[in-house]
Amino acid sequence: MKKTLFDKVWDSHIVKSIEEGPDVLFIDRHMVHEVTSPVAFLGLKNRGISVLHPEKTFATADHNTPTLNQHLPVADPLSRNQLKALEENAKEHGISYWGLGHQKNGIVHVVGPEYGITQPGATIVCGDSHTSTHGAFGAIAFGIGTSEVEMVLATQCIMQPKPKKMRITIDGNLNHGVTPKDVALFIISQLTTSGATGYFVEYAGEVFRTLSMEGRMTVCNLSIEMGARGGMIAPDEKTFAYIKDREFTPKGSAWEKAMGYWNTLYTDEGAVFDKEFIFDGSEIDPMITFGTNPGMGMSITKAIPKAEEIQGSAATYAKSLEYMGYHEGEKMIGKPIDYVFIGSCTNGRIEDFRAFAQIVKGHKRAPNVTAWLVPGSHKVLNSIKEEGLLEIFESAGFQLREPGCSACLAMNDDKIPAGKYAVSTSNRNFEGRQGPGARTLLASPLVAAAAAITGKITDPRTLI
Amino acid sequence: MAYDSFHILKSTAVPLPIENVDTDQIIPARFLKATERKGFGDNLFRDWRYNQDNTPKKEFVLNNSQFKGKILVGGHNFGSGSSREHAAWAVYDYGFRCVVSSFFADIFKNNCLNIGVLPVQVSSEFLTTIFETVEENPDTELQIDLPQQKIQLISMGASESFEINTYKKNNMLNGYDDIDYLHSIKEDIIAFAANTPL
Ligand code: SF4
Repeated sequence: MKKTLFDKVWDSHIVKSIEEGPDVLFIDRHMVHEVTSPVAFLGLKNRGISVLHPEKTFATADHNTPTLNQHLPVADPLSRNQLKALEENAKEHGISYWGLGHQKNGIVHVVGPEYGITQPGATIVCGDSHTSTHGAFGAIAFGIGTSEVEMVLATQCIMQPKPKKMRITIDGNLNHGVTPKDVALFIISQLTTSGATGYFVEYAGEVFRTLSMEGRMTVCNLSIEMGARGGMIAPDEKTFAYIKDREFTPKGSAWEKAMGYWNTLYTDEGAVFDKEFIFDGSEIDPMITFGTNPGMGMSITKAIPKAEEIQGSAATYAKSLEYMGYHEGEKMIGKPIDYVFIGSCTNGRIEDFRAFAQIVKGHKRAPNVTAWLVPGSHKVLNSIKEEGLLEIFESAGFQLREPGCSACLAMNDDKIPAGKYAVSTSNRNFEGRQGPGARTLLASPLVAAAAAITGKITDPRTLI
Repeated sequence: MAYDSFHILKSTAVPLPIENVDTDQIIPARFLKATERKGFGDNLFRDWRYNQDNTPKKEFVLNNSQFKGKILVGGHNFGSGSSREHAAWAVYDYGFRCVVSSFFADIFKNNCLNIGVLPVQVSSEFLTTIFETVEENPDTELQIDLPQQKIQLISMGASESFEINTYKKNNMLNGYDDIDYLHSIKEDIIAFAANTPL
């Protein structure tokens, strides 16, 4: 039978299929962080059981960590307590733990690939919905709830019905100034935030093949924002070159053996998807969101659509625009902004900081803009310094922070104040996501950089 | 750890006719700092429910004493966004045992099923009928019959059937959870693990 990439990986991980029920799926890698794991560990304790495969489990602290003065004790007692709980749980169960200040510390979906924990053909889960990021390597990776975290800790398995399959094909060339983030925001704007619910997506076509691994991660990361369980891209030479010789990837004969498996990971010609979408890459512009879900995005040059032009309830649409302080028919270009956030597991990798530097180089931060530059990991932070980007940022009036999730979910002190506008390279523009009352505009690092030096929404193509 | 079992629930309902209600609204991130599963109900819909000075927002449905009950009725695509199970815990801890919508986000739905909150998906027409009936008469009762997989507006007699997979249904009826099941097939898991390539 002709199989899709997704079928091949899913089917080879089924321990047991339950009739009229879910599959029992074996999990190769489990990433754990401080926020969604404490209750799971507590559950293990109550059941009197330990972690079945600590060597397949990796813990890092990221969601709730400060991005300034990480060498000092964490000021907020609740955050401190949560970090302590993770450290103790990791120690008790023999799990590798990259806590605050550790040289390998960073956002869970940034460090996984950096150290080769993420591998093609693997099943990867984490108690964070953007686990879909790891699909960039041809893995099946998805976010889970805390009960499921407990399940995986206890049994290394998860119970899920097999999702339906969707393929999104984009051929053609991307225009100048169009980044992977724009591709993803474009797709979500076409499918809406629930358009892929119940599906696992494969991204295919020239556009994705030409993207770097970082770019593929950005695209797969955002799969969840259209409701998909996850997204994946077939591994190729670029994938293998990226993972080779990383700390946790197989070496020597084990590498050869793994390559034997990885080389089978593609969708067979003629395999059938439940749904297919085809777009033309040359039609994508730099994107920006104007509303309160990631599906409310459009070309940066356009005007905010009228209620009658959109799908869904007019009342919900009006509520959303009211929250944003915007009106139908207004142009986005030229609107003033207050904050810029560059970071998160969506756009907190070295390539994103390079893009940001490309635009701000030789300019000055606009006086009305507060900018938070938060690398996704220590490794990214070190590269920023080694490549001389830090000097570019500093001479343009920007300060670099220490790694973490930061204003992506604003659990720490990095909160956008109520009513303020933030151009953010993160993944969610929900009401209050970046702080109570905060107004988020999702965009690429290039758009963020253009806004940071002009103080308003600016088409980055006018600056490069 | 087993949870409460679910058979037939008869209750009034709380209507929230907003689409794409995301988990950041259900429970904002700043309330996720606990290390135990306690007290999340107080912060359910925190920023829709309270002003910044913590006074209740009168117009929000949870602050309207006319509407109460164990059933929350939400608009299309309920529970989108983050995987935080805290959202389902908050719904449960507040006192809801069932959420009705015309469409649910995947992870939220799974999380509900895993903690004993029943997600009931109905047609958009039926959802509109529920909203209209409940808003007109807040004392309207709904009956959720899990064994029969049926949801009914009791006074009107209008009803619809809903889907749930047999395995999950059985878990809900008995208050079992997945770990209980997975432990029963532990030998299979160990044998499988010994042969994985990665
Ligand atoms: S950066 Fe944001 S989306 Fe990514 S892991 Fe952190 S909180 Fe989740």
